[in-house]
Amino acid sequence: MRTSKHCKLPDLGILKDNMTIMCGGFGGVGSPPTLIEWILESGIKDITLICNDAGFPWIGPGKLVTEKRVKRLIASHIGSNPEAGKQMHSGDLEVTFYPQGTLAEKIRAGGMGLGGILVDVGLGTSIEEGKEKAIVNGKEYMIEPALQADLAIVSCKKADGYGNLIYDQSARNTNPLVASAGNITVAEAEEIVDIGELNPEEIITQGVFIDYVVQSKGVDWKWVWELKRES
Amino acid sequence: MGMGAETRKLIAKRASEEIGPLMMVNLGIGIPTLVADYLPRSLGVMLHTENGILGMGGSPEVGEEDGNLSNAGGYPVSIIPGASFFDSAEAFGMVRRGYLDITILGALEVSGRGDIANWIVPGKRVPGMGGAIDLAQKAKKVIVLMSHTTKDGKPKILKECSLPLTVKEGANMIITERAVMKIENGCLKLIEIMPGYTVEEVIDSTEAELEIELVRRH
Repeated sequence: MRTSKHCKLPDLGILKDNMTIMCGGFGGVGSPPTLIEWILESGIKDITLICNDAGFPWIGPGKLVTEKRVKRLIASHIGSNPEAGKQMHSGDLEVTFYPQGTLAEKIRAGGMGLGGILVDVGLGTSIEEGKEKAIVNGKEYMIEPALQADLAIVSCKKADGYGNLIYDQSARNTNPLVASAGNITVAEAEEIVDIGELNPEEIITQGVFIDYVVQSKGVDWKWVWELKRES
Repeated sequence: MGMGAETRKLIAKRASEEIGPLMMVNLGIGIPTLVADYLPRSLGVMLHTENGILGMGGSPEVGEEDGNLSNAGGYPVSIIPGASFFDSAEAFGMVRRGYLDITILGALEVSGRGDIANWIVPGKRVPGMGGAIDLAQKAKKVIVLMSHTTKDGKPKILKECSLPLTVKEGANMIITERAVMKIENGCLKLIEIMPGYTVEEVIDSTEAELEIELVRRH
């Protein structure tokens, strides 16, 4: 019987072609490098990827796009990943955009067991085309269904063996939302500590949402600002 | 954009004059980012980022960068005393709830009524809207900083935007290298002329109707 969620890596059997994967991070910051590498090495393809943005071609979830493992992307922005734009224009990648705050709330709704959200951001623009509407308290909203995923992957600063997580500064971003919206969720931690070591007041994601905790090997890419400085 | 560094600074400085004490402000990429250089700490302004910082500070010294402390564009930043971190849902919650006093952003086109187009050129550039629609639709005041015309000299302030909208009637103010304009009750008003330009030049390079209510020449 497993009494700790800490493992080297989850069973490869949970990775399948055509699965929906949700990935934490914002511009690659806070995306889980070790788990992204694990997915790449598994060879799975035709992934539906849900994340804030497409990262950069060599950073974060952008790597899955660059390696052509993604058939559908649900995101708010792909501007920093020209590879995603190229695949979208060639028809190899289907992209669905949502306003950033709407996407975050759709994910949170999925994680919190709600059917969806009512939101007015995007009314009066092309965003509202084809959207179901609702009038509540005399105001018009779009009905945006919640998002969940077969697998959610997140990164954090510290995790304990129960899967309680704390994050690091702006690397928190979409991670707590994504962590709660996976049917299976794997957290990659910079540091794994004993149960009881994390201050209960400071835990952001409760271990109940987490199935596996994996030791991070650290960021294996160079940030844009590092490359700029070198050149 | 083809604007020199000094012109960009002039636009950013003028935008900073709109920011008052204790305001919550979001700065977009490009010229808007420069606005931070003109905000004295004593003003108590809290800069907001979409990824989840309230109280963003300036760029850290070379060598002091932290990969886990960045702005929405992924570049290293610092924080000021009183800053806080939160997730992206909360970051937009405070925007939708109406607490964002000012959002300052760039645009491809703006109409005389304040429609803004800045997220897509269909078939050419489709980067996605990111947080632009949330910010432009929900901020109390929306200030657009941009070049007055395209690279080919065509007006960007139009009767009607030709590109898909980010927000309908959202802009309150436009600041360019030529002029400062405000939009009130659906009317575009020229209120200031920037150095080196004349009222006629501004009118000639603006497609939308302009009411002249000059209060200042820089």
